[in-house]
Amino acid sequence: MKQEVLTEAMEGDRSIVYQRKFEKVNEIINRLGKSRSALIPILQEVQEEYRYLPEEILTYIAMAMGLAPASVFGVATFYAQFSLEPKGKYVIKICDGTACHVRGSDPVKEAIKKRVNLTGNKKTTEDLRYTVETVSCLGACGLAPVVMINDQIYGQMTPEAINVILDQLEKGEAEDE
Amino acid sequence: MNNQAKDRLLQWKEEWSKGFKREKARILVCAGTGCVANGSLDVYQALKKEVEARGEYITVDLLLEEDEKTGVSVVKSGCHGFCEMGPLVRLEPSGVLYIKVKTEDAPEIVEALLTNGKPVERLLYRHPVTGEVYAEEQQIPFYHHQNRTALAHCGVIDPEDIREYIVDEGYQGLMRVLTEMTPEEVCQEILASGLRGRGGGGFPTGRKWEFTRIEKSVKKYVVCNGDEGDPGAFMDRSLMEGDPHKVLEGMAIAGYAIGADEGYIYVRAEYPLAVKRLKVAIESAKQYGLLGQNILGTGFNFEVKIKEGAGAFVCGEETALLASIEGKRGMPSPKPPFPAQSGLWGKPTLINNVETFANVAKIIVKGAAWFKGQGTEKSSGTKTFAITGQVANTGLIEVPMGVTLRQVVFEIGGGLRGGKKFKAVQIGGPSGGCLTEEHLDLKLDYDSLLSAGAMIGSGGLVVMDEDTCMVEVARFFMNFTQNESCGKCVPCREGTKRMLEILQRAVDGEGRPDDVELLQDLAEAVRDGSLCGLGKTAPNPVLTMLKYFKDEYIAHVVDKKCPAGVCSALKGYQIDPDKCKGCSKCARTCPVQAISGEIKKPFTIDQEKCIKCGACVSNCPFKAIKEG
Ligand SMILES: Cc1cc2nc3c(=O)[nH]c(=O)nc-3n(C[C@H](O)[C@H](O)[C@H](O)COP(=O)(O)O)c2cc1C
Ligand code: FES
Repeated sequence: MKQEVLTEAMEGDRSIVYQRKFEKVNEIINRLGKSRSALIPILQEVQEEYRYLPEEILTYIAMAMGLAPASVFGVATFYAQFSLEPKGKYVIKICDGTACHVRGSDPVKEAIKKRVNLTGNKKTTEDLRYTVETVSCLGACGLAPVVMINDQIYGQMTPEAINVILDQLEKGEAEDE
Repeated sequence: MNNQAKDRLLQWKEEWSKGFKREKARILVCAGTGCVANGSLDVYQALKKEVEARGEYITVDLLLEEDEKTGVSVVKSGCHGFCEMGPLVRLEPSGVLYIKVKTEDAPEIVEALLTNGKPVERLLYRHPVTGEVYAEEQQIPFYHHQNRTALAHCGVIDPEDIREYIVDEGYQGLMRVLTEMTPEEVCQEILASGLRGRGGGGFPTGRKWEFTRIEKSVKKYVVCNGDEGDPGAFMDRSLMEGDPHKVLEGMAIAGYAIGADEGYIYVRAEYPLAVKRLKVAIESAKQYGLLGQNILGTGFNFEVKIKEGAGAFVCGEETALLASIEGKRGMPSPKPPFPAQSGLWGKPTLINNVETFANVAKIIVKGAAWFKGQGTEKSSGTKTFAITGQVANTGLIEVPMGVTLRQVVFEIGGGLRGGKKFKAVQIGGPSGGCLTEEHLDLKLDYDSLLSAGAMIGSGGLVVMDEDTCMVEVARFFMNFTQNESCGKCVPCREGTKRMLEILQRAVDGEGRPDDVELLQDLAEAVRDGSLCGLGKTAPNPVLTMLKYFKDEYIAHVVDKKCPAGVCSALKGYQIDPDKCKGCSKCARTCPVQAISGEIKKPFTIDQEKCIKCGACVSNCPFKAIKEG
């Protein structure tokens, strides 16, 4: 008897947590609709909210939309925009499109990786501050090489220039705190 | 009723034109992605504040709504194309263009403008070689040789204000087809103009429209391809950001011609500003009854929706793009059936590129003959190109089809940066090929380029100088296509991977002599065996490299040398015996003990042991160690 009550209470608790966690997701799904063509826009908004696509949320979306989890994972893993791992607070995108490549995007990339201490294929720093990715063209090729930090584009980059920008970023953050 | 529609549009045009005439002058600040990155929004604020402080500031709203008002307006425009020189500020009506403007320059600019004084000379473009200073935008060589038709409004009007578009003949093309032409006549007109798809394939647009028109279906779709995946190309971005209504008008005309009432614009994930501008444009077009239900009272309905891409190059391919709109993995499917027969949700679908749509309204207004009168016989009209890379003036240009590569690179692009020697241009992105010095007099049109093994593609033109290693460039493109291959068909999935391995070996100094033949064979197999255009064209950069720069490839795999000195694995370091004083500092710095010698005598490097880290070079006090 006692045991039962306890489990019930726990279940109740869990479902509240569960509900809260998915409240935002539900809101997004309700707003964009449950048709298949809404899947990508839904994933985009959910990622905006969480900065990545947590696995349990993908499963939840599949359930809510009446799709097989495999289709949702299939879409989430196909497109480069989606990340199944948490991303850092600052997402640094280094353009390695043709225009940027021939004007020296590689040294800029190396400088950034060295600065934030990323080696090998790792993309995100342990402390979840920085994610460093390469993309192929940000459409600002006239200013090659180009780097984008969150939504801000920086053109005509050099290893020195990007270090100055990151200095400013860190300084600004220290002041905010 | 039809006349009512016409009258309404003409009335707006006339009324607002009067308002704009009262504008004493206009300051246009470029708010394209490039200039914004360089701080143009701050420049805009500074200029606005300055004009306000002098009591001359007026908004377009006031100009148009109150009869007596006059003053100077400060407006954010789309991309002018001369991104390298940004932030750009253009003055109307004088046509003066200021480059690299900073917020501190605002007082001087406004002072000169209001006192009708001479333009601020230090902010004008100065030719890097002749030193000549140009005040007017149109006189600058970069612009002088251009013929801006699709880009006519970019940098000239405020893309977020539909009234500016309407005053400059906007929506007249749509009105004309709705009130004077049958859908069939519209298709015929487009066909007669000779317009060919600007998305790369160059298929005659009128023919595609006619195919879709004759399909019997109550539901059809118009789709605008704004995926622009070719790295180094940004014309579609500039059009969507700088003149969104022109794209919408083209789509609506297409909708009428093929019998569709719904359209989608698929925009690349990386273009948030384009999405924003398109949204604003769709909203205001609806407000004025130029999109939506019962357009201009003619009974024609056309809704446009925006779909944002999610980062996959292959989604630029039309069947993959449609799959992506439907919410699926963006994988291409075999054709036929063509989208014209069975496209979005199985319905007949017309899919064209952004720039293709941007050419439509003008063809309707000015007539097919006008369009056909430009360019070459088989490639009519003008084409935008994004010139980037090692060229003096990078940016976005528009020229008649058929101008030569030389004109584009040397006259408009101003030649190579830093006086370097021209080596090649890569045209058409990862699907295109490279062209060399011998092609400088080649005409830039669909057919001439195909015959040289390249393609116009979207119009990305990357200029490379003598310091570029063509093998490394081929590896770069292969890496790109291999990454972007969707994995559906074997020749593309496996073939690109193996080709990349071979090229990687070459730049890593581990190439094998028989790789040349293997690479050639593989390239041909991938080209002939792949399912979609991605795989079919992926070998192009490699094939053109093998055709025009075979020596360079052989130098890598046989002699283990990189003639351009780019591939670090093939670099070697030598100690110049004349400069070496035998101090032994290098030997002590070397992490792998590859340097040895007797004190006070020249040292030597054991090439077998050397890992090419370059530590010795930076530590030599006599600059005696050289790469080579
Ligand atoms: C791999 C691949 C990528 C493509 N990318 C684009 C693109 O980014 N933009 C585009 O308009 N067309 C692209 N295309 C061409 C489209 O499939 C299609 O032909 C085009 O949108 C048709 O429009 P058009 O006739 O106006 O050129 C691509 C094709 C392939 C095979
Ligand atoms: S290639 Fe880097 S922004 Fe286009």
